[in-house]
Amino acid sequence: MKDTPLSNCERDFLLKAIEEKKRLDGRQTYDYRKIKITFGTDYGCCFVDLGKTRVMAQVSCELVAPKENRPNEGIMFFNIELSPMASPAFEQGRQSELSVKLNRQLERCLRNSKCIDTESLCVVSGEKVWQIRVDVHMLNHDGNLMDAASIAAITALCHFRRPDVGIQGDEVTVYSPEERDPIPLSIYHMPISVSFSFFQQGTYLLVDPCEREERVMDGLLMIAMNKHREICSIQSSGGIMLLKDQVMRCSKIASVKVSEITELISKALDNDKKARKAGGRCGFAESIPQERITALKMDETPVEMMDVTDRANDIVQKAEAPPQTVPSPVVPAPGVGQVGQGLQNTWGLEEQEESDNSGEEQEEIKTQMKEKKDENRGGDVVEISDSEEEEVVILHPEAPDKLPKNTGSGSHQKGAATTKKRQKK
Amino acid sequence: MAGLELLSDQGYRLDGRKATELRKVQARMGVFAQADGSAYLEQGNTKALAVVYGPHEMRGSRSRTLHDRAIINCQYSMATFSTAERKRRPHGDRKSTEMSLHLKQTFEAAVMTQLYPRSQIDIYVKILQSDGGNYSVCVNAATLAVIDAGIPMRDYVCACTVGFVDETPLADLCYAEESGGVSSLALALLPRGGQIALLQMDARLHQDHLETLIEAAMTACKGVSKVLDEVVRQHLQEVSVLTGE
Repeated sequence: MKDTPLSNCERDFLLKAIEEKKRLDGRQTYDYRKIKITFGTDYGCCFVDLGKTRVMAQVSCELVAPKENRPNEGIMFFNIELSPMASPAFEQGRQSELSVKLNRQLERCLRNSKCIDTESLCVVSGEKVWQIRVDVHMLNHDGNLMDAASIAAITALCHFRRPDVGIQGDEVTVYSPEERDPIPLSIYHMPISVSFSFFQQGTYLLVDPCEREERVMDGLLMIAMNKHREICSIQSSGGIMLLKDQVMRCSKIASVKVSEITELISKALDNDKKARKAGGRCGFAESIPQERITALKMDETPVEMMDVTDRANDIVQKAEAPPQTVPSPVVPAPGVGQVGQGLQNTWGLEEQEESDNSGEEQEEIKTQMKEKKDENRGGDVVEISDSEEEEVVILHPEAPDKLPKNTGSGSHQKGAATTKKRQKK
Repeated sequence: MAGLELLSDQGYRLDGRKATELRKVQARMGVFAQADGSAYLEQGNTKALAVVYGPHEMRGSRSRTLHDRAIINCQYSMATFSTAERKRRPHGDRKSTEMSLHLKQTFEAAVMTQLYPRSQIDIYVKILQSDGGNYSVCVNAATLAVIDAGIPMRDYVCACTVGFVDETPLADLCYAEESGGVSSLALALLPRGGQIALLQMDARLHQDHLETLIEAAMTACKGVSKVLDEVVRQHLQEVSVLTGE
């Protein structure tokens, strides 16, 4: 599926906002979104949240024969997977331009900068070396995939432990983690990519573009650096013309951002280490306890809210009293089914009262079982239709004639249904 | 390769060049009659052939058509005999796809695509012999081919690689230098305005050296642009003599 194109209105709006130095999510020009790093129960597995962009990295290893021209070096393999899960614009199976670009950039950022000691991955020269495979999966695309991927990949590599091996004669033994402690990779430095997007032919510059911003940008400059202020790779993309000064400025900003992010990663790694040492519970289940898919989770918005409380109070005071809610489900017309009828729902306190009431009623019913059903039903109807009418008058004052009848019959029906149920009990 | 001395004490490089010296550039335009524009360019031992078709109507999927400008379609390939080891796939692997992407991006910045809405310009580049600086040689060859095709550009696009050894920037790296663990930077420049159409760097380099390196790359690119300009002028002279004007 092709991505839905951005409307001209939206495009103009975004560009105008950028001209006014404003961003949709209230960030400043050089601000990153919130970065969150969580680890899995296994070594070498991590999730990175960059705002709403979400990326997972998993490192794995296996023993393979080395490449012919490098007999005593381990092999690094990087793969970025753009699944349709992250965005409908990503297609399964095909190597899109974006995927090639990201893959190559990650390779350049981590392999060509020689951040991992590949020689330490050699087991038997010319015969057996470790192949370290880094799989980065995009889970949610909200812009700036490259930065998220680079953070995830390097964090996962730092977190990873490979099994220990022993060599006796020609025999190579791979020890399980129970026998010998697994060994971390030797990592010299941590390259982290920082993306800059350019707008209006390079007049405006933003750090960490979100998805919307990426769609209106003219070009992108990715600079990968480590905390020693060494540039590991630079890549410009998109048809823009840069000036030397812009590149220099970007590299300065990048060095600041990289040191911040490196700090964050080492902190996250430390925390995880401590948690593991303490024997406490670690992994995703612990680090993300409250995030249910169905929950209406709202992040705190970094938008200015000066007099919002006052205004909200004002509105609340001026507003009329809310109509009495109908606690029990209402069948709008005869013959319409209701899902979950008869089940207890757990919505609020009023419900509690209601259920108490019904309990009482049920007791009544028990005592009056022998009497006529009609009486019982009648009582029910009156009660429910009362509350019905109140609500109807408030919501639709212009059509009061028709609705009460309907609802009356409906509630009647309902009353019948409930009594039938009760009888069954 | 570790013991290789890339820059001698006297300031000479492996192939006897000075640090800022470019390799010899030789080029011809209009090497094919069939294509709209073509060029052959040698930079030292790296040889490339570029062919341009277009601007013409969209071929293939029409959905890619842009209503306000032309799209540029690039394909980079390396001849199977171009490197020391025989290549299995001339194009289609990750590196070539990336190179095609970069070429496309470079020429999208330089060609005045807005003059040809709803059309397509094809640029095919083939490396015949690879001896370092493949990207820059491709860009230089393609520039000549685009000029030969008569497609208006903002300026010549000139590209050059620069390495950094012993605090000295080396211009126009050859293969031995490239693979010798030098941090290299490839830069495509529009020399008149000093605008960078593409910037790409591998390997580690301290931030403080970036400026000198970019500076050196820009000077090298300007040197290339002079050579290209000469080639174009000479070609035009030859053509005008032939047509009797």
